Amino acid sequence: MKPTPPTDDMTAAADASPALTRRDLLAGAVGTLGGAMLAGLPIALDAQQSTPVLPSVPDDATKRQGGATSPLGARSAFETPTRSPAGETTGSSNTPLEELAGNITPSDLHFERHHAGIPALDPDRHTLTIHGLVERPLTFSLQDLKRFPQVVRTHFIECSGNGRGAFRDPKPELTAQKVAGMISTSEWTGVRLATLFNEAGVKPEATWFLAEGGDACLMSRSVPVPKAFDDALVVWAQNGEPLRPAQGYPMRLLLPGWEGNINVKWLRRLELGTQPWMTRWETSKYTDPLPDGTARRFTFELDAKSMITAPAGPGRIAPRGWHAISGIAWSGRGRIRRVEVSVDGGASWSDAELLGASEPKSTVRFQRMWEWKGGTATLLSRATDEAGYVQPTRAALVAARGPGTDYHFNQIVGWKVAGDGAVTFHGAT
Amino acid sequence: MRQRLVLPLLLAAACGGSPAADSASAAPADGRRYGIGAPASDSLLGAMDRDIGPDGAELPAGKGTVAEGEALYKAQCAMCHGQRGEGMAPAFPQLVGRPAAAEEFRFAKDPKLPHTIGNYWSHATTLFDYIRRAMPHAAPGSLTDDQVYALSAYLLAMNDVIPRDATLDAASLRAVKMPYADRFVPDDRSPPGDR
Repeated sequence: MKPTPPTDDMTAAADASPALTRRDLLAGAVGTLGGAMLAGLPIALDAQQSTPVLPSVPDDATKRQGGATSPLGARSAFETPTRSPAGETTGSSNTPLEELAGNITPSDLHFERHHAGIPALDPDRHTLTIHGLVERPLTFSLQDLKRFPQVVRTHFIECSGNGRGAFRDPKPELTAQKVAGMISTSEWTGVRLATLFNEAGVKPEATWFLAEGGDACLMSRSVPVPKAFDDALVVWAQNGEPLRPAQGYPMRLLLPGWEGNINVKWLRRLELGTQPWMTRWETSKYTDPLPDGTARRFTFELDAKSMITAPAGPGRIAPRGWHAISGIAWSGRGRIRRVEVSVDGGASWSDAELLGASEPKSTVRFQRMWEWKGGTATLLSRATDEAGYVQPTRAALVAARGPGTDYHFNQIVGWKVAGDGAVTFHGAT
Repeated sequence: MRQRLVLPLLLAAACGGSPAADSASAAPADGRRYGIGAPASDSLLGAMDRDIGPDGAELPAGKGTVAEGEALYKAQCAMCHGQRGEGMAPAFPQLVGRPAAAEEFRFAKDPKLPHTIGNYWSHATTLFDYIRRAMPHAAPGSLTDDQVYALSAYLLAMNDVIPRDATLDAASLRAVKMPYADRFVPDDRSPPGDR
C-alpha cells in the first residue's frame, strides 16, 4: 500500500483495507523497541519505497506509538497554508482565506503590508512617546504599558487596498486569497489609548494626533482625537502571544474598524496637535477620487463587506448533494447584523446563519446549506451591518465612485459553479 | 512619590465602591493617573519630532535649488524612480508627469491615469516631510535639510509647479500652492446610504 497523498480520497483510502502491510509490521516492531524516537521514520525504514510522497501515515495509526512532544507545535503535514508574498521592502502578502475556519487568523498567516520592510526592534529599547499638546510629555517602555489595565478585544484589520485586483479585473481564475486576502482577525491585548492620553493629560485644544512608526519610512498617519477616547488601543499581543514582527512588534496602534494603514505598526510616537499633518499616506495615497472631480480624504471607516470562502475557486464541487456555503463578513462601523446568500447570481437572496455572536468591528463567520444538484449556479454573499449599510454590487460602487476608485473596495463578489462542478471567481456584480 | 499620592484615591474609591472592591480593583478612573511612564526627554523629542505639518511652521533653516536637486535626484533617486521620475511599478511610484488626460482631476473615470506629485499631491510640505523621513530608499533619513529642499524644488519644478530656476527655503516652500489642493474633501459618506 502506498503512502496516502493528501487528497479528498484520503478517507476512502484509509478505509479500504484494514490488513496490516509490511511497513506496518516493520514500523510496529521497531516502535516497540525504540519507542517514540522512531515514530517519524516509517518511510525511511521501508526499502521498497523509492519515491516517497509526503506526508505519510501508517495504515492504522492505532497499532503503533505516535509522535513525541515538541518545543513548538506544527501544523499537520497535510495542511500547508501559505501567504502569497509579493515585493520586498514595500511588499504585501495575503491571508489564504479559503484555508481558514472560524474568525481568528493564525498569526503566521496574518496578511502583511509593509512600506519599508519589517524593522528589527529590541523590546527593551523600543519606547512610545506621547507629546505635543499634552500636560506631561511621557515616554513608556513596553513594561510600562503592561502595568496599565489591559483589555482584550477581537478585531479585524483590513488593508485599504483589499480587493483592488478583483475590482479592476475580475478574472475567473482569482482565488479568495487574491480577491480579499488582505483582511485578518486577531484577539488583541493592549491598553486603551484613552488610558495613556489621560496619563499624559491631553489639552482641550488638541483635535488630532500624529501616530508614527519605527520602521524605515517612519510611517505616519493623522488621527482625530475622539477615536482615542472611543475604542483605540495600543496593543502588544496577538492571539495569546507577543505581536509578530510583521504585525508591529513590540507595539502597534489599533483603531478598530479603520483602514489598515492607519493602525500604525512599530508605534513609537504620538503627537497631539490641532490639525491633520497631511502626510504622504493620507494625501497622495489612501484617498478616494470621485466622479465629480474631487477626492475623499480621511476615509477611515471600512464599509460592510463579505466573502464566501467555501466553496472557492479554483476547485470543483463534489459530490452532488448538500454543501455548506461558508464565509466571513465584517464592518468597520460595528456589528454585522445580517448576511444573505444568493445561489442564482443575486436574483434571490436568503439569510445565512451567523456562527456565534457578531462582535463589533470583527469578522463573523456565516453559513448557508445548499443542495447542489449538478446545475450551474452563481454564489454571492451580501452583508448588512448594524448601521443599516448594505454591501453594494460592483456596478453600484462604480456608479458612486467611478472605475478609477483606488481604495476601500467592498463590492459583492462570489463564485460561479459550472455544470461539472468547476468553481471560478465571479466579480462582475 | 507619585505613587504615594495615588494611595488616598485608591482608598476613597474602595470605600465608595462595591462590597468586593479592594485595592487591586479600585484603580484610578475618570481621567485620574497611574503615575506610569517617564518624562519625555528633550534629546529624544529632538531626535524624533521632525514632522512637518501643512502650514510648514516646523520647516527648518536651509535652502536648495532645482539644479542642485537634479544632481541629487540623478545620483540617489533615479535608480528607483526613473531618469525622468517615471517610476518603476509597482513599488516605486511615478513622481513626475502632467499628462493632459489626467488634468482636471479625472482620476475616478480612469484607473490608468498616473497620480503624480504635480497632478495629485495636495501639499508641498508633504513632499519635504516624506523625503526627509523616508528617502532615499537605500539610506532613509540620510539627507541634509538643504538636500531635502533641493530635491523638493527639483520635483516641484519637473511637475511644473514652480519655475525651473527656483530656490526653495522655508518661506518659499510654505508659499507653494499645489495645483489641485482644493479638490480634496473630507469623508462625507453618510451611512447607511452612501458608498
